[in-house]
Amino acid sequence: MPRQEIDLPHRLEYLSILDENGQVDTSLEPDIPAELLLKLHRAMVLGRRFDERMLTLQRQGRIGTFAPIKGQEASQIGAVAVLSSQDWLVPAFRETAAEIWRGKPMENVLLLFSGYNEGGQIDDALRNLPIAIPVGSQPLHAVGLGYGIKYHKKQEVVMTFFGDGATSEGDVHEALNFAGVFQVPVIFVCQNNHWAISIPRGKQTRAKTLAQKALGYGIPGMAVDGNDILAMVAAAKEAVERARSGGGPTFIEAITYRMSVHTTADDPKRYRTDEEVQEWVKRDPIVRFETYLGSKGLLTEEAAKAVDEEVRAEVKAAEERWAKRIEGPLDPITMFDGAFAELPPHLVSQREELKRELEAQKREAHHG
Amino acid sequence: MAKMTMVQALNLALRQEMAKDERVIVLGEDVGLDGGVFRVTEGLIQEFGEERVIDTPLAESGIAGMSIGMAVYGLRPVCEMQFSGFSYYALHQMEAHAARLRWRSGGRFSVPMVLRCPYGGGVRALEHHSESREIYWAHTPGLKMVIPSTPRNARALLVSAIRDPDPVVFYEPKASYRAFREEVPEEEETFPLGTSVVAREGKDVTIITYGAMLRPTLEAAEQLKEKDGIEAEVIDLLTLMPLDDALFTASARKTGRVVVVHEAPRTYGAGAELVARLVEKSFLYLEAPVKRVTGFDIVIPLYQREMEYLPGVFRIAEAVRETLRF
Repeated sequence: MPRQEIDLPHRLEYLSILDENGQVDTSLEPDIPAELLLKLHRAMVLGRRFDERMLTLQRQGRIGTFAPIKGQEASQIGAVAVLSSQDWLVPAFRETAAEIWRGKPMENVLLLFSGYNEGGQIDDALRNLPIAIPVGSQPLHAVGLGYGIKYHKKQEVVMTFFGDGATSEGDVHEALNFAGVFQVPVIFVCQNNHWAISIPRGKQTRAKTLAQKALGYGIPGMAVDGNDILAMVAAAKEAVERARSGGGPTFIEAITYRMSVHTTADDPKRYRTDEEVQEWVKRDPIVRFETYLGSKGLLTEEAAKAVDEEVRAEVKAAEERWAKRIEGPLDPITMFDGAFAELPPHLVSQREELKRELEAQKREAHHG
Repeated sequence: MAKMTMVQALNLALRQEMAKDERVIVLGEDVGLDGGVFRVTEGLIQEFGEERVIDTPLAESGIAGMSIGMAVYGLRPVCEMQFSGFSYYALHQMEAHAARLRWRSGGRFSVPMVLRCPYGGGVRALEHHSESREIYWAHTPGLKMVIPSTPRNARALLVSAIRDPDPVVFYEPKASYRAFREEVPEEEETFPLGTSVVAREGKDVTIITYGAMLRPTLEAAEQLKEKDGIEAEVIDLLTLMPLDDALFTASARKTGRVVVVHEAPRTYGAGAELVARLVEKSFLYLEAPVKRVTGFDIVIPLYQREMEYLPGVFRIAEAVRETLRF
């Protein structure tokens, strides 16, 4: 027959397990131990409270511009929750809760966004790459890490994050294509939060879903309710198992919503309505998860309150550690650190130049 | 010692480093069975297999970005851009990430990769196959920029670039790929990045150059000696970043007269930095303005006219005479 439908190797599904009212589809409900459910809940609350606190600190002028995560707690924590410490995280810049889950100290986040390079430092034990600000540039690094894993025949996997806007960037397509060709153990998590600053998802691409882009590269794709932590855990688990067993990459579109600003320099009132935001407030990932935990008898109102208080105390303690750190000597001369493994002569001399200037300024301030 | 072309010498460097260190992986477009369009990677896939000699999809940014991830993982990727004119797709990955990951992560991660590309004119190629844009890379903090000039130094520099703990952009003068042969020892040879050499000794004038321009420069120096009795000292930079300014400033102090030669456009080209360093470090020794012999600030013309665009023996020799007449 000259004209017939082409059979593609993968089909596209949408997964939702816990709806916005906290009702669970028991046929799909993943078997997650109570302890882990509560840990996920706590991490989501911590992510939300830390985000709120950062916003306050930013409004007070104590930290600079950052990208809030509010509303996207499930889509990121649900995904990284299935990783082991030997796996790799390659984040964009709106995965703070996922990074904290993976061991990044909150005071480092504050240090970075208060303008100190030291905040970007990654502990030796962590397999988290630093945040990548140029949109869509980092999934390629995940592919390279995946190649290294495959080459050394390790059991590790890589999870990389990016947003709906990033799917318009060429590098994301190159990453998906390379991942398909080389069958690397990489999970691509696209947090479709519906807005790339002021450009809505519908203006980013004519495609009905973002997940379907996976099909163009011959890799499995799945659309998931990103505000449903159970669905995120289930989808991520499936993808990680596939990657770990040599089945190659997966693309997960986590459909979520950026409830807050793009960054603190942004005013969403210019381009979206409050009604739209309110529609998504009803689908808050934390609220529905608390309903679910309550119905399972795992979380009482008092317990939820206690978690909230503990988490606030944790955020406060981190803030205090940060405040103390920036009181201490944070020498500007460290700006030369990490330029190269060994500073070449011209940088040694430029470093000396700055050192002399700093000393002269100090002397002048002292005498003046 | 065998006499080799630069292509063969580069191939020797890759083969020996791959045999020695299983972390070294070659990747790029057509680098496998085809051996690269210039045959620099010829035979590697047969010797090391397709896991270590990767034919990638056609996407330069993808190649560079993937190399970054591989390097972070601990591999030593040597990626090839088929022509430097197509490498700008990769510029963003190199500038935004390869050059910065060590700094950004507080030393936790590093990117020991080499990005190789053939560059420069003189091979009667199509548009986009002849340009010289080394300064894009040399101007980027965190990248090293190397340009060999002969088979022997190309081999030694590539070995050192592969072993370097930081990202190195390695420009290969394709006009010199097969133009001449040189003795290249079979046994291992390295050459420290950031070190320039005296390619010809002289006392009257210093000519600073690099890459494909070394040959016409040496030829001009020979002609100047024969016709005019001028003894030109020729400095071959070999690495543009970090730039070894000790050797050429010392030479300038000795001769008092300097000519800079490169095929890249003049304005903000390497010559601008060289002149600035001379002014900073040898100002009182200069007896004449420093002359720049360079490509013009236009797109290099198609091949019927590229030789008129590129600095040649005539232009270099005339510039030296003018400098001496001052």
